[in-house]
Amino acid sequence: MGPPRPTAGRRLSAWLYRRPRLRLSLLLGPPLLWMVVLYVGALAALLVQSFFSLDDFTGKVQRSFTLSTWHALFTQVTFDTVLRTSVMALSVTVASVAVAFPIAYFMARLATPRVKAALYVLMLLPLWASYMVKVYSWNLILSKGGVIEWGVHRVGLTGLLDRVLRVPTIGGSYLGASLLGQFLVFVYMWLPYMILPVEAALERVPASLVDASGDLGAHPRTTFRRVIWPLAKPGVVAGSIFTFSLTLGDFIIPTLIGTSQPSIGKAIYEYQGSAGNLPLAAAFAVLPMLIMAIYLTAAKRMGAFEAL
Amino acid sequence: MAEASGGNGGAAVRFVGVTKRFGDVVAVDAIDLDVRDGEFFSMLGPSGSGKTTCLRMIGGFEQPTAGRIELQGVDVTRAAPYERDVNTVFQDYALFPHMTVSDNVGYGLKVRQVQKAERTRRVGEALELVQLTGFGARRPGQLSGGQRQRVALARALINRPRVLLLDEPLGALDLKLRQSMQVELKAIQREVEITFVFVTHDQEEALTMSDRIAVFNEGRIEQVGTPSEVYELPSSSFVAGFVGTSNILSGAVAEALVGSAAPISVRPEKIRLVAADATAEAGEVVAPGHVRDVLYLGVHTRYLVELDVGADLTVIEQNSSTAGARATRGQAVRAIWSRAANQSLSAGPSPAPRAAPAETQPVSAAQGESA
Repeated sequence: MGPPRPTAGRRLSAWLYRRPRLRLSLLLGPPLLWMVVLYVGALAALLVQSFFSLDDFTGKVQRSFTLSTWHALFTQVTFDTVLRTSVMALSVTVASVAVAFPIAYFMARLATPRVKAALYVLMLLPLWASYMVKVYSWNLILSKGGVIEWGVHRVGLTGLLDRVLRVPTIGGSYLGASLLGQFLVFVYMWLPYMILPVEAALERVPASLVDASGDLGAHPRTTFRRVIWPLAKPGVVAGSIFTFSLTLGDFIIPTLIGTSQPSIGKAIYEYQGSAGNLPLAAAFAVLPMLIMAIYLTAAKRMGAFEAL
Repeated sequence: MAEASGGNGGAAVRFVGVTKRFGDVVAVDAIDLDVRDGEFFSMLGPSGSGKTTCLRMIGGFEQPTAGRIELQGVDVTRAAPYERDVNTVFQDYALFPHMTVSDNVGYGLKVRQVQKAERTRRVGEALELVQLTGFGARRPGQLSGGQRQRVALARALINRPRVLLLDEPLGALDLKLRQSMQVELKAIQREVEITFVFVTHDQEEALTMSDRIAVFNEGRIEQVGTPSEVYELPSSSFVAGFVGTSNILSGAVAEALVGSAAPISVRPEKIRLVAADATAEAGEVVAPGHVRDVLYLGVHTRYLVELDVGADLTVIEQNSSTAGARATRGQAVRAIWSRAANQSLSAGPSPAPRAAPAETQPVSAAQGESA
């Protein structure tokens, strides 16, 4: 049996086989083009847009270079908005880690395959429901006379809830109109995005490492601090990138739940929507990117990616 | 099987009626065992025979379902791993990937709050013991399999435990490295004078390194003894088949050859092949047959002889002379061996795992021959 008869298709395959570079560029070209044009291109357009300005009289964008939009951005309101949103994003991230870690740990190391599969479904099921539906449901849950208020009343803790709601900044007239309520909704929304990567990271830690740590004389607490946590950290950081950036940019939850004070997402939405000030919205949109850059740099400095 | 261990104090590890069940599976079945202080003790058996479970129960990673485990005369059955004066070299080494070699080795000291200066000194000593001086700053991921193995050993020895547990530590190494590590491990054990409990499925490894061997099968111990006892005087057909290569003869075949149907084992190297017309001396068993296969293996030659009484016999002859006076395929021969070489097998708790005569461990046997 000799080699198969050369057809046109075979000849083309053979020709490509001898040219690995060409093959690679044919393979990667289209997706790379997509990435560069649509993703980097859009970001560049955003950045350029921020150096244009809005003519207050005509309401039209003046396509000439100016720093006036960036000037207009540096106000106390912007500073407060950025600070408030960043603190919210950070709090949501910390709370998500605190809630997700035990669940992820249980799934990765203790649960039987059946229980684990059930937990996966429970965790992923809410992701199939519409985002808006979930936010509106929370609006109801947190509303005045809603299920939480009712429950708190039934166990006789209304006084405590009132006291919490009277705390400045996080409080409000009721849960749905407070930053505390907004925080709860954020944590609920992004929890799966934290559980998944942490669970994946914990699953990759061989059980023998935990055995070895105990074998060498480490108490469970020490084993957690010196072995489990450092090895789970890349997963925690990956999850925190989701929770942090999603909170930073979200404009629907801050619109529907919480105080009237703007968040970054809400501010951008209003600048380009109701105010029609595209340059200002563009300049504002650069801020969360900077914050994320700072966040990732800090994470890298803390050695979060070393165990990768 | 019962060992005189010179009273309670002599046992580094003692199992009293230890049973371990996982669900319906009995992994370890009512084992009694004494490991003497300072000895190199091997637990040998096929996978699933309960040897690793026994090791993990000594380490404290598993709790026995029933029975008692003592370390140095103290009951530790319910003690946590970190409460035991025992350290382990894990099968996959279990080195912490996010720590340097030094930090790995010094981990046991660090978690016990040993001062930094003392720690540095002892890590240096431990790395020297395993010949890895100068590797301290590396990460485990940058080391070869053999080097990782040494790091795991240094890390387990640094706390100077009373007993060191080794879970098939050489299994992942290639043959050459494994052989040199066998010698080295033995030397280190003599140097540190710590009791080593060594789990392996490699009979050659167990024979080479151990002071005593426990042969495990299906959750029970078939035999405990020195390497030569286990090899020369196997107490059951399982041991005869698992440790080295054996010809196990029983029933009508045994009846015809030695006059009794009780099962016996004959090691292939105790048998010699002579011409079909040669005569035997008194006290020798004579089994006529013809050669079915000849495997030339350098140091010796291995013959498969089909006996006229209807059984196959493996025979190993040293190639001590260069003259090629070897039997050839198809040649009619007589297999002759001394009656003293017949090792009678007690009706042990379990039958031979594979059909006799045992070409049972072709891989291990081949390793044994090339060594």
